[in-house]
Amino acid sequence: MTLSTFGTSRAEAVGAPAILELVDVGKTYRTGALTVEALRGVTLSVGDGDYVAIMGPSGSGKSTLMHILSCLDVPTTGRYSLAGEDVSGLAERQLAEIRNRRIGFVFQQFNLLASMSAWRNVELPLVYAGVSRPERRARALEALGRVGLAERVDHRPGELSGGQQQRVSIARALVTDPTLILADEPTGNLDSVSTAEVLALFRDLHEQGRTVVLITHEAEVAAEADRTIRVLDGRVVGDDARAGGRTP
Amino acid sequence: MTWLETVRTAFDAIRSRRMRSALTMLGILIGIAAVMLTVGLGQGAQAQVASQINALGSNLLIVTPGSATAVGGIRGGRGSATTLTASDAAVLADARVAPDIAAVAPVSTSSQSVVANGQNWTTSIVGTTPQWPVVRARSTPTGRFFTAAELSAGAPVAVIGSTTAEQLFGLRSPVGQTVSIGGAQLTVIGELNPAGSTVGGDQDDQVVVPATTFAADLSAGTPSISSIYLEAVNQQDLSAAYQEATNAMLTAHGVTTATADFQVGSQAALVQTATSTARTLTVLLAGIAAISLLVGGIGVMNIMLVSVTERIREIGLRKALGATPRVILRQFLTEASLLGLAGGMLGVGLGVIGALTLPQVLEQPVTLSATAALGALAVSLVIGIAAGVYPAGRAARLAPIDALRSE
Ligand SMILES: Nc1ncnc2c1ncn2[C@@H]1O[C@H](COP(=O)(O)OP(=O)(O)OP(=O)(O)O)[C@@H](O)[C@H]1O
Ligand SMILES: [Mg+2]
Repeated sequence: MTLSTFGTSRAEAVGAPAILELVDVGKTYRTGALTVEALRGVTLSVGDGDYVAIMGPSGSGKSTLMHILSCLDVPTTGRYSLAGEDVSGLAERQLAEIRNRRIGFVFQQFNLLASMSAWRNVELPLVYAGVSRPERRARALEALGRVGLAERVDHRPGELSGGQQQRVSIARALVTDPTLILADEPTGNLDSVSTAEVLALFRDLHEQGRTVVLITHEAEVAAEADRTIRVLDGRVVGDDARAGGRTP
Repeated sequence: MTWLETVRTAFDAIRSRRMRSALTMLGILIGIAAVMLTVGLGQGAQAQVASQINALGSNLLIVTPGSATAVGGIRGGRGSATTLTASDAAVLADARVAPDIAAVAPVSTSSQSVVANGQNWTTSIVGTTPQWPVVRARSTPTGRFFTAAELSAGAPVAVIGSTTAEQLFGLRSPVGQTVSIGGAQLTVIGELNPAGSTVGGDQDDQVVVPATTFAADLSAGTPSISSIYLEAVNQQDLSAAYQEATNAMLTAHGVTTATADFQVGSQAALVQTATSTARTLTVLLAGIAAISLLVGGIGVMNIMLVSVTERIREIGLRKALGATPRVILRQFLTEASLLGLAGGMLGVGLGVIGALTLPQVLEQPVTLSATAALGALAVSLVIGIAAGVYPAGRAARLAPIDALRSE
């Protein structure tokens, strides 16, 4: 990759062992004759238990990066290791298992199934993990309790506010007890009160020792994280870690 | 993910799209019910024809004039209706010549008008021997059949069918009444049991008289014997009886197989000829019904394709949360099979209801068989699976991120 000098390698700057490690990752989309280089040689590493925010202008490649981190997509070039395991060459079936066991997602669009109640949405990852029905229900209710929705377990997404829906999807992300929480603009559709609630939940998860990576446009949201990675035109252009967590 | 879980998920998906699922099942339902009813109607008709022919008498053989092979030309000029004689019947009745033949009834027929009680009714007159009820499996619940003595005496007696009796005498008993046929006065001594068969003419509309009486007064210019009915001793000896009858007739007429002026037919052959028509019709109707079933199957496929397209985001989400391609494939296949099977079960239910009510409306028997019902269910399941394979395969192959991102 000719432009790899723009990639900033800061793996050694963070003390904890790396849980996510990207080496010179590129992603090129081909749509007919058109090709878009969404990522151009990204090298970065995230330590176990880190709280990282990714920022950058629209179209800079943040979502693309997140999809690769979450094993929803595979890089065109470069190498990606998750918890020390190179996942670049894995089959879809194995990737599905990694997503199920290790990763909890929170989407900007919530992505809840409209025909199912809150608890049925939350139990979904457990269905694919092969957990028994009674245990699934117990764990789903517990997760909903943790996000403050114990009263709303039987409501369908359409009967909940945006903030509540996002909390349901956070409950779904943490129900499998994953070590890694990945969120693509989780507060993008929320007002300031709901944003604060959601951020408090992420802080909780981080304090429990989970690795949290979130994408955001808002400086206040990024300020919550211990480290901010800046992306521009498919490259990492800035990476600052604040040892003390929240900026004073 | 267990099978139970897969079925549950599929069931939820079907239930959350009630209207569409119901319409899909309707296609299969109508197809299955149509196939069941047409096949049932056809089989019912076949069974009816077969039972009508069997009602003519069991272990029956029929000797008729004419050659089995109508080619040859040499014998063709002669009127084939006159080749059977009373002595042929006597030879066939001889236990030394044909030990496997139990009873012989030569039959002459004419069509004449019968007058009685001021009523005039044209019917067929049958001249025969006292063996006739045995060979034709008939009885005279009212009155009696004529005897050998009456036969040799040429007695003016007659036994009449139930339809004939009703036409001439209404509800009154015909026994003891007098009928006039072509100037001859005959006393009715018995009424035949209803046969309910119309094979070879209405078996309940005829007047049976002694052959001698027939020859003397009623032949209307056709004294010859039109056919000789034979009854084999039992079912197993039917082919032996057939052989004996053929040989005896060849000897009696001094002909070879190639120049034979008669033919021996069996009831089985008759059944086969008669039912083959019904069978052809059944196959035709079932073919049409099968096409409607196929259309129903395409309906399921269409719904599944729409369902996959419409649920791309859901598929993407399920994959993102850990569903493997195989699990997605299974889910959609299960959904399609459930739709097919449910439609099939409802179709079988409708078929059964139809089979129970149709005979009352159409006065046609409908045969219901468990095999047909199970077959229909199997077919609907196969249709469901076949219709689901392509859409399910498409759903399974979707890349999770493309699926999630689509609108
Ligand atoms: N499936 C795709 N096919 C073709 N090009 C794509 C595809 N997905 C993304 N891109 C392109 O890749 C680039 C990066 O897109 P990406 O979604 O990662 O941006 P983003 O930083 O998340 O933007 P936003 O802040 O608006 O969400 C964009 O130029 C986009 O047009
Ligand atoms: Mg984005």
